[in-house]
Amino acid sequence: MELHALTIHELQDKLRSGETTAADILASVYSRIAAVDDKVHAYITLTKEAAELQAAAADTAIRRGEMGVLTGIPISLKDIFCTQGVPTTCGSRILANFVPPYDATVVGKLRAAGAVFAGKANMDEFAMGSSTETSYFGVTRNPWDLDRIPGGSSGGSAAAVAADECIASLGSDTGGSIRQPAALCGVVGMKPTYGRVSRFGLVAFASSLDQIGPFTKDVEDCAILMNVIAGYDPRESTSVDTEVPDYRSFLDRGVAGLRVGIPKEYFIAGIDPEIRTAVETAIGILEKGGARLVEISLPHTEYCLAVYYIVAPAEASSNLARYDGVKYGFRSPEGRDLLDMYKQSRSAGFGEEVKRRIIIGTYVLSSGYYDAYYKKASQVRALIRRDFDAAFEKCDVIATPTSPTAAFRIGERTDDPMQMYLSDILTISANLAGIPGISVPCGFTRDALPIGLQFLAGHFREGLLIQTGAAYEILAATRSLIARYKREKMSLS
Amino acid sequence: MEFEPVIGLEIHAQLLTDSKIFCGCSTRFGAPPNTHTCPVCLGMPGVLPVLNRKVVEFTIKMALATNCRINRENGFARKNYFYPDLPKGYQISQYAYPLAEEGYVDVETEGGNKRIGIIRIHMEEDAGKLIHDEHFPSSYVDLNRTGVPLMEIVSAPDIRSAEEAAAYLRRLHEILVYLEICDGNMEEGSFRCDANVSLRPRGQEEFGIRAELKNMNSFRNVQRALEYEIKRQRYVLEGGSEVIQETRLWDDAQGITLPMRSKEEAHDYRYFPDPDLVTVAVGTDWVEEIRRTMPELPLEKRERFRREYGIPAYDAGVLTASRVLADYYEEVVRGCERPKIAANWVMGDLLRFLNEDRRDIRDCPIPAASLAEMIRLIEEGVISGKMAKEISEEMYRTGKEPRTIIAEKGLVQITDEGALIPVLEKVIADHPNQLAQYRGGKDKLFGFFVGQVMKATQGKANPQLINDLLKKMLAG
Repeated sequence: MELHALTIHELQDKLRSGETTAADILASVYSRIAAVDDKVHAYITLTKEAAELQAAAADTAIRRGEMGVLTGIPISLKDIFCTQGVPTTCGSRILANFVPPYDATVVGKLRAAGAVFAGKANMDEFAMGSSTETSYFGVTRNPWDLDRIPGGSSGGSAAAVAADECIASLGSDTGGSIRQPAALCGVVGMKPTYGRVSRFGLVAFASSLDQIGPFTKDVEDCAILMNVIAGYDPRESTSVDTEVPDYRSFLDRGVAGLRVGIPKEYFIAGIDPEIRTAVETAIGILEKGGARLVEISLPHTEYCLAVYYIVAPAEASSNLARYDGVKYGFRSPEGRDLLDMYKQSRSAGFGEEVKRRIIIGTYVLSSGYYDAYYKKASQVRALIRRDFDAAFEKCDVIATPTSPTAAFRIGERTDDPMQMYLSDILTISANLAGIPGISVPCGFTRDALPIGLQFLAGHFREGLLIQTGAAYEILAATRSLIARYKREKMSLS
Repeated sequence: MEFEPVIGLEIHAQLLTDSKIFCGCSTRFGAPPNTHTCPVCLGMPGVLPVLNRKVVEFTIKMALATNCRINRENGFARKNYFYPDLPKGYQISQYAYPLAEEGYVDVETEGGNKRIGIIRIHMEEDAGKLIHDEHFPSSYVDLNRTGVPLMEIVSAPDIRSAEEAAAYLRRLHEILVYLEICDGNMEEGSFRCDANVSLRPRGQEEFGIRAELKNMNSFRNVQRALEYEIKRQRYVLEGGSEVIQETRLWDDAQGITLPMRSKEEAHDYRYFPDPDLVTVAVGTDWVEEIRRTMPELPLEKRERFRREYGIPAYDAGVLTASRVLADYYEEVVRGCERPKIAANWVMGDLLRFLNEDRRDIRDCPIPAASLAEMIRLIEEGVISGKMAKEISEEMYRTGKEPRTIIAEKGLVQITDEGALIPVLEKVIADHPNQLAQYRGGKDKLFGFFVGQVMKATQGKANPQLINDLLKKMLAG
């Protein structure tokens, strides 16, 4: 197999043995980008020159025997992470010219671990979307079917990993923005517990929901990246100072005796039958692996979407106020006076979906409406959190589909926001409750589109998710299934 | 109809922390524009606030000094509005859950002591500053002040006159400065005051419609603006019209309040809890630890000075105007054990020197020990009061000790009769006419002879001794 198609741990073995070099790996990744990114459009910015220097430094380090956890591994970053000296657009015209003078905490951690940064991946504008169609820089296409969306908002990251345009990627997940595109692109995506990974330097969408996590080709790589990015950060007040386990130690624990909760509210109408069948088959495989299935209930599930679409836009309306044309980013030259400059800059700088959410958020926080919307939503959110607390007394992990459907066609839902919002119906609850979730591939539809299986666990139990995901990956022989589909069915190959 | 003013004050005090409330930038005033900034206070994408614990500590001090209830759990909210001096598009403040509530301070007014309630004290961040170009239609933004910690103190509508308002303001100012948590500089804006004013017919419970006054940057202006506004509202009401609820700006040059453009105040701030910050937990241990380190407050000190030193209330008031002055005075008293005389010297010559030079007591060139020694020398008769005047001036100018100055200038009093008698004999002999007149009954000429002796001794003769000797010798 070509180098770009390998995993972090496979490449590390080759680097360690001297079989290959960081420069070779990067060259392979860049040749792949050159071959396919015209079609996929996973990237907004490529940082080839800087990456080559990083790869050279990695090779020097390896020669000196100073190999870090990610030395020489080309990784892409969703364009929502601030990168010192490299444009950080958030998929928006309003930040098209923004170059941060600082690195996000996670970027600094990857850098310190020796990673090579391939480039900045496309995304829905300000992470608002489920299809990567709202980006100011154009649509990203699903490598499995170029007529379809890759999911979103971290669609560029998911597509880049699926198309081997990088070895792994970092994304952010506010309502499913890592797990849903991971499912639709056939890769592994994890959203850690709120407070587990520092948000410092992550351009904020909805501060109480945003969380950073990895996109990888297998669960072992997910554990490797989690080992690097997890941990307390004094620069973030909501960061939690609790011990970070070695996530790799969960990889081969199996699922014997594990209690897997099946929430009845997640297997309802609206779930594509093909998806439902695939997920039920996957759960059957876990059972054969020794897991005990437990039926559970999350009674407030039906309110998740409504609560989310009050809380997230409310926070976003405030978080996005800083993009006013005064200090950095886009400023409309049309403004006649201060107020007009604000209006023109924000009208032209933001896309439709972002403006829709700013207006919703402004509305729900307005005097006279706050109690009925924001306050009430916060109260229901507490109930949703309690549902999970109760459920995790009966089970260790919860298994659900990640997305109600496989990848849909480009343009199919852009005119129907409600339909688009339903894409995240199965993932939003984890953000509202602050719990971790992972999506692992669990087969394909008849049209050879990937299907994702989601596991959820209690706060700071990412280890359990890695344990369950890794066990499933082995029991279902996912890696070889994906490799075969890639050879035979992927429209790019 | 007689109207009664109802006034409430909102005070913003900049806290004297070294660094800003949510980042590590310096709070020092007067640096070149935008040099005390970082991505956090500049509101760049992705940055997050981390609360400076010192700000909480300082606010707890003020809460304790004003008898407030401290909320063990309090939190921050976002106040959303657009303005170029507010880089995030929201100000982080406390809204539903302030740090402290329900306190009071006692103030002295012409009508006696009065208790003014404090509704709440909360923490927030300051905004930046706009600098408008006079010659070109553009403005510049200086964000050095952005994120400097502020404490807002909201009084109850308990104030009934401009004079009471000024007394309340002075009391809070004094406490803040005593606690060393605010420098109290009104001109530089580190101590600001807004006022809510309304009138109601005397005897009526219900409040009238209020106006909010801003832009009063001195104690005097607060009092003038309130006096003006009370009069204005009285005329409006007496004319049968209604007061409009609005924000009015004090115009110092014209001495009037003018309405702010209504567009600028049409805000819905859309407050909501800041999701980037966690609840501020204030444990009892912390509060008790702070309570133990609280200094003696002005009122307590004033009372103790009267009691301990037996000085008049007025003196105690002047001497406790600042903690440093009070400490200075106490050191002088310790050195000379003459509290009233010490009070006279400190309040008289010393404060006059300092005021003339617009100097703070902190920068006083006369060490308290030197002043005490000088007072002792007067008491011991070594120097006269007149010499002391000269010595104190010299001490202020040079910072030298009194004994050094006395030695340099040869200022020791002549208290030796043997040395004085020949001088007196010569003076009498030189003025036979005056002597004859004096002996002829013109008593007033006694002063003339004293003057001549003083002149002859360059003022060094002990006045009492001159009197005694002259009387005897002139009598013949």
